[in-house]
Amino acid sequence: MTLLDYNALEDIALGATVLGTGGGGDPTLGKLMAQQAVAKHGPVQLLPLDEVPDDGWIIPTAMMGAPTVLVEKIPSGTEVLDAYRMLEQRLQCRAVATVSAEAGGVNSMIPIVVAATLDVPLVDADGMGRAFPEIQMVTPTLHGVSATPMAIADEKGNQVLLETPDNFWTERLARTTTIQMGCSACVALYAMQGATAKRALIPGTISLAREIGHRLLASRGEKRDPIDAIASLLHGRRLCEGKITDVRRRTERGFARGEVDIAGTGRDAGARGKLAFQNENLVFWHKGHPEVTVPDLITIVDEQTGLPITTEGLKYGLRVVVLGFPCHPQWRTPEGLKLVGPRYFGYDIEYAPLRSK
Amino acid sequence: MSSESVPQTYRLGIDVGGTNTDAVILDTADRVIAKAKSQTTADVTTGIVNALQAVLTTSQLLPQTIGYAMLGTTHCTNAIVTRRGLSRVGVLRLGAPATRAVDPLLTWPSDLRQLVCAHSFVLHGGHEYNGEPIAPLDPQEVRNALCQLKGQVQAIAVTGVFSPVNPDHELCVRELVHEELGVDMSVSLSSEIGSVSLLERENATVLNAALIEVARTAFAGFARAIRQLQIPATLFLGQNDGSLMSVDYALQYPIFTIASGPANSIRGAAYLSQLQDAIVIDIGGTTTDIGILQKGFPRESALAVEIGGIRTNFRMPDLLSIGLGGGSRIHQEDEFHIGPDSVGYRLTEEALVFGGQQLTATDLAVAAGQIQLGDPARVASLPVSLCQAGLTYISRALADHIDRLKLTADPVPVVVVGGGSILCPEQLPGVSAIIRPLHHDVANAIGVAIAQVSGTIDRVFALDTMSRTQALDEASHLARERACHAGAASESVELVDLEEIPLAYLSGNAVRIKAKAAGTLKL
Repeated sequence: MTLLDYNALEDIALGATVLGTGGGGDPTLGKLMAQQAVAKHGPVQLLPLDEVPDDGWIIPTAMMGAPTVLVEKIPSGTEVLDAYRMLEQRLQCRAVATVSAEAGGVNSMIPIVVAATLDVPLVDADGMGRAFPEIQMVTPTLHGVSATPMAIADEKGNQVLLETPDNFWTERLARTTTIQMGCSACVALYAMQGATAKRALIPGTISLAREIGHRLLASRGEKRDPIDAIASLLHGRRLCEGKITDVRRRTERGFARGEVDIAGTGRDAGARGKLAFQNENLVFWHKGHPEVTVPDLITIVDEQTGLPITTEGLKYGLRVVVLGFPCHPQWRTPEGLKLVGPRYFGYDIEYAPLRSK
Repeated sequence: MSSESVPQTYRLGIDVGGTNTDAVILDTADRVIAKAKSQTTADVTTGIVNALQAVLTTSQLLPQTIGYAMLGTTHCTNAIVTRRGLSRVGVLRLGAPATRAVDPLLTWPSDLRQLVCAHSFVLHGGHEYNGEPIAPLDPQEVRNALCQLKGQVQAIAVTGVFSPVNPDHELCVRELVHEELGVDMSVSLSSEIGSVSLLERENATVLNAALIEVARTAFAGFARAIRQLQIPATLFLGQNDGSLMSVDYALQYPIFTIASGPANSIRGAAYLSQLQDAIVIDIGGTTTDIGILQKGFPRESALAVEIGGIRTNFRMPDLLSIGLGGGSRIHQEDEFHIGPDSVGYRLTEEALVFGGQQLTATDLAVAAGQIQLGDPARVASLPVSLCQAGLTYISRALADHIDRLKLTADPVPVVVVGGGSILCPEQLPGVSAIIRPLHHDVANAIGVAIAQVSGTIDRVFALDTMSRTQALDEASHLARERACHAGAASESVELVDLEEIPLAYLSGNAVRIKAKAAGTLKL
């Protein structure tokens, strides 16, 4: 049995930033919430996906809203429990575990608060294998799992239960409710039974985040190259190393969008790279050709330390390495690409799977 | 005001650095009349007195002719690093039922938390991003908390959720503190110290409260030293945006003196070079600080800054530091490198050119003929290849860090100041010109002596009840008001910076605005 203690949370938070592909919200605040909960209630049991009983219910939990608000109006820690219990009540069940809907970014941490406080296991899986901006962008959508009934709760005691005809309506109504609750709220959604979860979720992503964080931090002391360590772990590769020569940002419909130019150095001397982001990194062009696109993962790391850099932290002069990792095969299906492919994000580019080295 | 017949026309600037305490005297036209350097002492104040005496002697002026004395000091940074003299603080957070998931000071090193925090409370109150209350403030709950703190604390720190948008609850609590614990109880409000991001702002506010006693002792020591030398001057403190604050103001906001040294040298470099926009390199004995001069002031860091192991988000100059200075040791084993270890203030005894046994960066500069210093014969036998390697190393390190601080690829002018500035070559890639102004060795003390008085505001404005233009006007007005409050002559106050930062995900109904106004000292 794997237990997640106080120190494991440090590794998971760092790994979740790598999987966040530049977005997903900084996990630091979530990590502090999880660390306080673990310090108070004890470590959390990590349950492998294949060990979830077929008829047992699992309830994913998350925060929703603006990360800028989350770091100012920090949750009470009880709203996410309220959301979890509302779904239990609605489904007239006692859930066997909670799980992360999104292993990239802050939502890797919120379910740990639930697991520690309510003394339930955390399933070692998630619904993205990375970070995405909208509710319907999870692998359970591909398996016909409904986001609703969905519970939304705030720190004041407001509780809203949504029943919607499809996951796009859920996104629309949940977003509005969250804004009314002060732009930050906690949610429980996509409740499913073990048998479904084994098909619909991506297994092992919490352990993966932990291993990424562990390798990054450990290689510092051992003088090993941290970048190669995580590239091989994630079956990805270095796309380009270079210097950021320009960052252009704009805010569009509530999203932080922008482009980054990278001038190759070292083995990529002379090459030009360009990255486009919308909260998360979406497309990377190398020598004028789109080399990697969403849903494959594009993560920018510091050339020296291998530590991930979020889209907010990108600025002129940084020496970086652009890494590409393959997404989970479920995203590479026609249905997956319709949901989260480059065209959904407004890029007229045909998705081509990331070539391995 | 006293009625001396001698006109008090001179100004005194003092800057306390890690190695040296520098003092300058300027006349009414800001010309340097005299300058002096003295070693920084462990208690800081002795070093100040020594530098004062030296500069007075050199200037041959009567102490009575000095009307203003400006001090940039490291007292507060030292107190946090050494954990000495810090006040006991009562920590009040207004945000319940929100924010309970992360307790106040959770991330602090435990020794510092135990030393500083008498007790912390998370009370009802605080606001949403649009300024509406999360919960009403409960005066009885606040009074109960204050009763528990009675006799236990020297200062109170109050941090309300979204107080940078709406400070009402923090202001109410300040009234309640004065009613319950007396009007002399020091109260630090987060809305006056930091920006959005609760934990970092709370940390900065508690540190500010913890520094209240340190500031009282230090500033009183400075005042005593000045009086001892028969100087009748009015006193001011340098703050970390390169402007001045009155002693009364500094006693309330001591945290703003942290990192005032680099800010002063950037302002000094601006004055000496007459540039408004440039990169400033300050090369000392052990380290080199590289900062950015933007519209005449140091550029602020956009990221959280750690002080003594604590993440804070109050305004700090955007700096890069390299462990490279005039006293840095040369290492030839394995890979060639310079520093970060240094002979520091013992340079004039330990460097080869001064008859010592240590090979330092200064020795390489002398051997390469970059400067005449000490006894060049003692380094004449150094291999040319070694000198070349050293100069190339320094040149690369400086060019690389300059490039990291630049906002675009365009070449920029660089102003070089500080005692170790001889290490900087005549040309660097990406640099349009290298300027070494006269008196560059005391740029920091000059910077504090010529500093203006400023006011800044960094707040989120909800756009439900006002337009964007109204919000910008309001921010400008508040910045001007703060500059006057800090001691600027109101007719001289001008807006020097106004910046609008859109907030992602908040869909245009709120905006963060930073404004800065500055003016000349009200004399």
